[in-house]
Amino acid sequence: MNRLLLKDRAAIPFDDLPTVSYEAVGDIVAGSLFGGLRLVTLFGVPEERDIVRLVALFADDAQGTLAVTGVRTSRGATLPSLTPALPAFHLFERQLWEEFGIVPAGHPWLKPVRYPHDAHTPRRIEEGYPYFSMEGEETHEVAVGPVHAGVIEPGHFRFLCDGERVNHLEIQLGYQHRGVEKLFRNGPLASKSTLAESVSGDAAVAHATAHAGLVEALGDTVIPDRAGLLRAIGLELERAGIHLGDLSALCNDIGYLPGTQMFAVMRTDIINTSLALCGCRFGRGLITPGGVNYDIDDRKKDRIARTVIRIRDNAGLLAAAVFDDQSVLARFEKTGTVDTDTARAIGLVGPAGRASGLACDIRLTHPTDAYARHRFTKRPLRNGDGRVAVSGDVYARAFIRHQEIQDSLRYVLELLGHLAVAKDGIAAPVAPPRPGMIAFSLTEGWRGETLHAAVTGGEGETRRYHIKDASFHNWFGLALAVRDNGVSDFPLCNKSFNLSYCGFDL
Amino acid sequence: MVLRLLRARWRHGWQAVPDPVTAQVDPMFRGFPEIAKEGTLSAGTIAACPGAALTTNPVSIDLGKCHLCGHCARAENSPVRLSSRHHLGQTRRDALVVTAGTSFEEYHARAEKGSDEIRRLFGRSLKLRSVSAAGCNACEMELNATTNANFDMLRYGIDIVASPRHADAVIVTGPVSVNMADALEDTWNATPAPKLLILMGACAISGGLFAASPALDRRFFNDHTPDIYIPGCPPHPLTVVNAILNYLGRGI
Repeated sequence: MNRLLLKDRAAIPFDDLPTVSYEAVGDIVAGSLFGGLRLVTLFGVPEERDIVRLVALFADDAQGTLAVTGVRTSRGATLPSLTPALPAFHLFERQLWEEFGIVPAGHPWLKPVRYPHDAHTPRRIEEGYPYFSMEGEETHEVAVGPVHAGVIEPGHFRFLCDGERVNHLEIQLGYQHRGVEKLFRNGPLASKSTLAESVSGDAAVAHATAHAGLVEALGDTVIPDRAGLLRAIGLELERAGIHLGDLSALCNDIGYLPGTQMFAVMRTDIINTSLALCGCRFGRGLITPGGVNYDIDDRKKDRIARTVIRIRDNAGLLAAAVFDDQSVLARFEKTGTVDTDTARAIGLVGPAGRASGLACDIRLTHPTDAYARHRFTKRPLRNGDGRVAVSGDVYARAFIRHQEIQDSLRYVLELLGHLAVAKDGIAAPVAPPRPGMIAFSLTEGWRGETLHAAVTGGEGETRRYHIKDASFHNWFGLALAVRDNGVSDFPLCNKSFNLSYCGFDL
Repeated sequence: MVLRLLRARWRHGWQAVPDPVTAQVDPMFRGFPEIAKEGTLSAGTIAACPGAALTTNPVSIDLGKCHLCGHCARAENSPVRLSSRHHLGQTRRDALVVTAGTSFEEYHARAEKGSDEIRRLFGRSLKLRSVSAAGCNACEMELNATTNANFDMLRYGIDIVASPRHADAVIVTGPVSVNMADALEDTWNATPAPKLLILMGACAISGGLFAASPALDRRFFNDHTPDIYIPGCPPHPLTVVNAILNYLGRGI
């Protein structure tokens, strides 16, 4: 047996992990190009002496299952790079090289990922690896960052341009590296909710839910139905709030100011609803392992429902005006396109993947808690041509935000209705993590698939903590999207993805 | 199409907070901690504080480290109650410590105004340059929100600018990673004097959740003393606006 099937959020004894060759890991994914398995993550677990156990997690989105396998190798070992055939591996292999000195022989562009403080590769970002360069009469480079013009996180973008046209964009991150994964290992895992919320503060509910799910899997805890409903309400409000903010920012980048202001104000109403729910506009403090910290009474339920209905209707009306405007379409359509084959090959996830035609949504393929008990459904909205937009361009990534705002807010209203019958409390007692286990927890955050994984030691302590934000796959999607576009369209492409720097840098 | 847009504009109405100085926030907001003189916190509660902000005898909370997560306030028989008072800005690091019995009025009175020179120069026009130094994007989004149609900090002449060359103040978010230490120093040096240094959020003020991480480099603060501290995780936009207005002598 080369892989072990898992139920979602499952924990298995670490010793049950199958051991295969590294090439076999590639074979499992290679099959996925024909409808098999998708690579979710690949990470190393350091063991005694210099041994490193690689853990690879795969998703079968059609069957709704996960599979896991392992590779036994050591620090400084050389493995045949899978990247040339399977681009989805390229950052994972760079990560293994940076963390453990494992060399992927034949990797096309081996350089550090995030310059962690304890890496064996160059520590300081200035001493790092060279960038691609290009020669020619009209060619030039544009270097941006790490400090950007707006109020956003830091990162470095290097554009190789031929006149106004971008030939290639190289994105170098790592400026945000805070050593998050290691901090999860200090003290009891169940006390790390606040840290999980800070992995990427704009997706606090998603990361806190993934972390809580992991603690629950390790302790075999089942949360009350009511807690699941409140978690899903928090997640969907987070999604709707961010999507409204991104539509505002997309309108801003094309100088469509009514959209900028009105979507931004709708976002304020939605995140103020999160504040009314749990005391924070970003949903911090809502999630705790075992359930949630705050309940809502009927009065608050009605207040939330009224706001949600109002914003759903107003956002729908404004979006109908925006997506019918020729001056908007002229900028959105055919800008920053990632086609379906490319998206699948590089492992795009979340709304960006769906806008390129991939059927990736953990809420549908691997539902847990409320999503499993109260089926989440989508009602694909038709655009002006009567088609569902999966064109993979800025238009599709903007239009899908509009769709998801409607889907999320409708689902919040359904969940609020279910609260009337779910009266089984808001938190269950959490059992301590079982020793010697490996567990995975997947949540569909607004950016997409959010994975937290942990390996426990002999006393149930956290031996390895691993996080994969949706941004880890999707930054490369942005780099490919801007190829052959005007350099001035970069802000628009960037906003249509809106990826996390700190969720990537960890 | 135009009619739909006009209808949307009609429904949008008037959204600016009428007076950000006197505006209240939702009672659920976790703001100023009121600590009763009686009662204590268990060793377990103190150990579980994510920012290590709690001390006992007497019970006190360092708002420079506190993430306002509410964990200690939810403990059984806790002397801590998080009120929704959101005017939390301070001008000295030690003024951020709230001890059992400290009232909000006492706390608020500790915040000092800038010098006459500062108020003359920046009282009606203050331009901020933001540096996110490993911030998680929550502080950054709240800083952005101060300029949206709701909070509209621009009504006071306070704005965020794209270049340090145009700025009167540098506002730092995040705990300052090793990989951002040089960029922060460079941005500070590129800002013309006289200039203010503003720290936004628990991570910027103390390292916060990440204080123990070897991936931080906070030596910048050995050489530069902040003028304004804005606690929170993230601070509410109204907390940010009022901390700055107060320093400029335009608050309450």
